Amino acid sequence: MAARSIRTRGERVGRLAVLAFTGLVLVFLVAPVFVVVPLSFTDSEILVFPLPGWSLRWYEDFFTNPLWTGALYNSFAIGLSVTVLATVLGTTAALGLHASRFRLKPVALGLLMAPLAVPVVIVAVAMFYFFARIGLLGTFPGMVLAHTVLALPFVVVTVLATLQGFDPTVVRAAASLGASPLFGFRTVTLPIIAPGVVSGALFAFVTSFDELVVTIFIASPRQRTLPRQIFSGVSENLSPTVTAAAVVLIVVCMSLMIAVELLRRRSARLQGKAQ
Amino acid sequence: MTSLALDPPTGPHPLERAVRRSERRRRLVALLLMAPSVLFAVAVFAVPIGLFLFRAIENDGIPQRLPRTTAAVQAWDGGDLPSAAAFDALADEILALKGTPELAQLGRRLNYVVPGYRSLMMGTARRLDAAQVATLDAEATRARLIEADERWADPAFWMPLKQQSGPLTTFYLETALDFERTPSGELVSVPAERAIFIDLFVRTFQTGLATTVLCLLIGFPVAAVMARASGSLANLMLALVLIPFWTSLLVRTTAWVILLQNEGLVNKTLLFLGLVDQPLQLVFNRFGVYVAMVHVLLPYMILPLYSVMKGVSADHLRAASSLGAKPFMAFRTVYLPLVMPGVAAGSALVFVLAIGFYVTPALVGGASDQMIGYFIAYFTNTSVNWGLASALGAILLGLIALIYLVLGWAIGLDRLKVR
Repeated sequence: MAARSIRTRGERVGRLAVLAFTGLVLVFLVAPVFVVVPLSFTDSEILVFPLPGWSLRWYEDFFTNPLWTGALYNSFAIGLSVTVLATVLGTTAALGLHASRFRLKPVALGLLMAPLAVPVVIVAVAMFYFFARIGLLGTFPGMVLAHTVLALPFVVVTVLATLQGFDPTVVRAAASLGASPLFGFRTVTLPIIAPGVVSGALFAFVTSFDELVVTIFIASPRQRTLPRQIFSGVSENLSPTVTAAAVVLIVVCMSLMIAVELLRRRSARLQGKAQ
Repeated sequence: MTSLALDPPTGPHPLERAVRRSERRRRLVALLLMAPSVLFAVAVFAVPIGLFLFRAIENDGIPQRLPRTTAAVQAWDGGDLPSAAAFDALADEILALKGTPELAQLGRRLNYVVPGYRSLMMGTARRLDAAQVATLDAEATRARLIEADERWADPAFWMPLKQQSGPLTTFYLETALDFERTPSGELVSVPAERAIFIDLFVRTFQTGLATTVLCLLIGFPVAAVMARASGSLANLMLALVLIPFWTSLLVRTTAWVILLQNEGLVNKTLLFLGLVDQPLQLVFNRFGVYVAMVHVLLPYMILPLYSVMKGVSADHLRAASSLGAKPFMAFRTVYLPLVMPGVAAGSALVFVLAIGFYVTPALVGGASDQMIGYFIAYFTNTSVNWGLASALGAILLGLIALIYLVLGWAIGLDRLKVR
């Protein structure tokens, strides 16, 4: 408070300029998202502002056109399969990584994290060649395997983060009270790390649901996902149905990510209290 | 020390043995827990990437399809023309491949090295007759081949058979760096009018660097304001950064196409305000690429900066100014060094992500704004030259690995997280 009074006028103007700039940048960041939403409710064939009138006709088109409903179905089917596979693999990997101190641990962790560091177009092309060779190109299992590779790092990271605040003595306490390792895991470890596992699962689903580049390379028309169909729409003809599809994509991904954020805050708060 | 002497000479204490046994079991369980995902990542990630990169140096097709010819050409000094035995072997091997798809594949592979090779192969196969060639001796076969296509009298068409006869080749990597071989086998830069890849690397780097600098210049003050803001305001600002961060890259790129097109909101506003007379070309060019890329990558700059800046107490700056530092001096000597890890992490993330971009430039850029990622896709799908796609991928990946190595050494890789 006292500091404010000794600020010179120049400093105050500078501070105001920085605040105004920040406001503009924040508008720049969210504006595109908020522009797409009203456009999807237009009753016109073309995407113009101001909207000539409001209508749900593009949503009706989205939810009745087999091209789009098929894509939505594929996205959910692939996304849910990826979620199950990536969550199981990632959670066991994180438990193993957390429990061990062996020399090759950084290598194992690096390998599991590597898909985040490699440009996705390289991952896509590499999988295209590989899947073509082993007959997984343009198949449902191929899509699930490919998306799981991309989703796995997120599950490993979130579960590992939860395990950082996990006190291993409670497992020993359970064992000393006669719990078998599996029973101890189910009744003690799992409930404690559950928020991390759920966050990881949500991350895995969003990663798959939102994935485009690998899908472009390895999906056949039978595995067309929602992003793939939007991509075709943008490159071919940008109809308002594309904006309705984009809004569906935004709503699904955003609500799941908000759930992840709430879980993160909750566990941060609980850990803060425990200390 | 004394306790050692008291230990029974029969070996470790039973308790010690039990501890070791349980320790071993624990390690085994940990390994078994890790094994499925590590094996999965090896099988579905490391192996495909490895095979892809190997294609950059694999000499696919030439020695396999022309084993006798490539062997016979080795004796040739690269001067006049190879021996008649080489011509003889070539005629036999072309005839053996005649009518199979392998001939076209071989022609395409050689066409990468010398344009026109594909038509040379196909034409020669069409004009040669197996029964007739069988009756000719080596000298006559040479004459027959040159009669079928006089290009066989040009050493330039024999050179690739000599230079690329091993199981591995540096041809694709050389091509991806705009080098070629002279007839005598020397490595030279290709003439400027045919050089395309150096330009591509320069453009990719420029775009990455410009995006990083723009993100830093825009993100730094924003992150600083966020770090100093009070609770609920800081939360609101964080939410405004996270909303685009959680929105599909594809949706955001789409939004920019809609906003920046000729009838888009931006052009309409500019026209309405009378700032321009006719719509500006804002998309499908470099401007559109920069706007969309900065928009997509800005959260990757702001979030690491914000988390570092939040840890810097305002007391440091107050202490500096109480010691007589002017605001700029305090900023440069106190604040900047403290937030440097955030600057490094954010810039590295943005740069590495930017040079690997594919979707955004493909949708909002023009033909001359595409980066390495686009050409990797192009050489995979459109112009099927997988060796070249792999070579470009290998170079891009090498650059990124180098950046990560330097970063790991300078600031530690665990700083490279966004949230």
